[in-house]
Amino acid sequence: MKITKMAIGSVAALVGMTGLSFADPDEDSLTINGDISIVTETAAPAHAENLSTIYSGWRFRSDETQAFQMDDFDNPGMIGVENATVDWETVDGSAGKSCSSCHGTPEDMAGLRAEYPKWNEEKSQVTTLEMEVNNCRENRMGAEKWKYTGGKMTDMIALISSVSRGMPVNVAIDGPAKETWEQGKQLYYTRFGQLELSCANCHEDSYGMMIRADHLSQGQINGFPTYRLKNTKLNSVHARFKGCVRDTRAETFKPGSPEFVALQLYVASRGNGLSVEGPSVRN
Amino acid sequence: MRHALFGLAACVAASSAFAADVQPTDVVFVDGAIEASLSGAAGDPASGAEIMNKGAGNCIACHQVSALSHLSFHGEIGPPLDGVADRWSEAEIRGIVANAKVMFEGSMMPSFYKTQGFVRLGDAYTGEAHADGEVHPLLTAQQVEDVVAFLMTLNEQ
Ligand code: HEC
Ligand code: HEC
Repeated sequence: MKITKMAIGSVAALVGMTGLSFADPDEDSLTINGDISIVTETAAPAHAENLSTIYSGWRFRSDETQAFQMDDFDNPGMIGVENATVDWETVDGSAGKSCSSCHGTPEDMAGLRAEYPKWNEEKSQVTTLEMEVNNCRENRMGAEKWKYTGGKMTDMIALISSVSRGMPVNVAIDGPAKETWEQGKQLYYTRFGQLELSCANCHEDSYGMMIRADHLSQGQINGFPTYRLKNTKLNSVHARFKGCVRDTRAETFKPGSPEFVALQLYVASRGNGLSVEGPSVRN
Repeated sequence: MRHALFGLAACVAASSAFAADVQPTDVVFVDGAIEASLSGAAGDPASGAEIMNKGAGNCIACHQVSALSHLSFHGEIGPPLDGVADRWSEAEIRGIVANAKVMFEGSMMPSFYKTQGFVRLGDAYTGEAHADGEVHPLLTAQQVEDVVAFLMTLNEQ
């Protein structure tokens, strides 16, 4: 009896769905500045076992939102990149150094954004770019840490990301990073909060569908930091995670927490093969 | 003095009306269905229609309902609810609204009349932990009844 009813329910669901504009990712392709071509769709890596194709979140946005990202002059996230370019050269802290004292030009960072989060041998843990930036500030510059999801930090990550645009995301999940990756995977499938929703419920089982006014993407992070038209600023990965967990009526984890670092490694790995896109533009 | 006493009496009356509700932890499901009204009273379909669109209900976040087509942005996560009263009995609809996971194992649909067994329960949408103390279900017993009464108006035949 229960079974029959369920079958009827799902037939109704199917019929209903085919009757709708089933809103998959669109067919648009992305080239930035007429120059950097971005892979927004590719075969899923084997470890993302429930996906066959992976898509950048850009493919789920409206034409108007997409257009902002096609030229750096139109991309409001590039203002953050410019701000960070100034910070890159600015001496701060007791050691009298700036980023450029040790690292040369921002372009010398090309490739890094594609590989992070990454196992750090010295610290014996997986670290994010934010953690590396603060490590430099505290221990090499003798400067104050930046707030993990603050404006200065997110602008700097946008700068470091911008010089890797077009490169394929390629985070390592084996070797010493494996345990952290497994922890992240477990978090991804945990149904949090009073609404009992996991990341997978929305971004794996339901991408392409509307949830109220939102068109669900795969929740990929190749585009981070993202400039959101909704809050008119650059948003970091952990700030986005926090928002999504909060929306399940759950107690969130803290930005920079081991849990969010693990979740970031796992989510990043689901996007291996997509291009680094940040700073991207989303609604 | 008199006034204060009256106030108190009113409070007692209100909370004893509440106590007539079947508590979330005491609900009995038979094949996913709940036989009797959770509040002991009939539901109000007009109030139910409002709950479909807002607050902790917000059912149209996931479901399309033609009768509510004046409201914008119906989601498509769950099946459209048109004709739902032809497919399910009132008791079954009550069960689905109270805790859909009993009828549909592993369903993505939130459990609207449930207070236990959550992972990292928050204080509504603040992102903070839920303080010790009573956990309120997403919908009250009467709100569940109101929603059920509204869904019972969705006939196609
Ligand atoms: C209730 C549904 C829901 C849940 C659960 C949820 N999200 Fe989201 N998420 C959204 C919506 C809606 C958006 C905005 C539209 C989009 O990009 O999918 C979004 C956006 C995102 C984005 C931005 C994607 C981009 O291209 O900019 C990321 C990353 C993300 N979510 C990750 C997660 C992770 C990780 C979890 C679990 C901790 C999670 N989400 C849980 C609904 C959800
Ligand atoms: C986050 C998504 C979500 C929300 C919110 C939600 N539902 Fe559902 N609902 C579903 C899904 C998915 C199903 C299909 C059952 C299944 O297989 O899991 C469903 C099934 C149902 C059914 C059975 C439909 C049929 O034709 O078989 C009813 C009735 C229903 N929901 C009512 C409601 C009501 C009333 C609310 C709000 C108080 C609500 N739902 C909120 C996702 C949702």
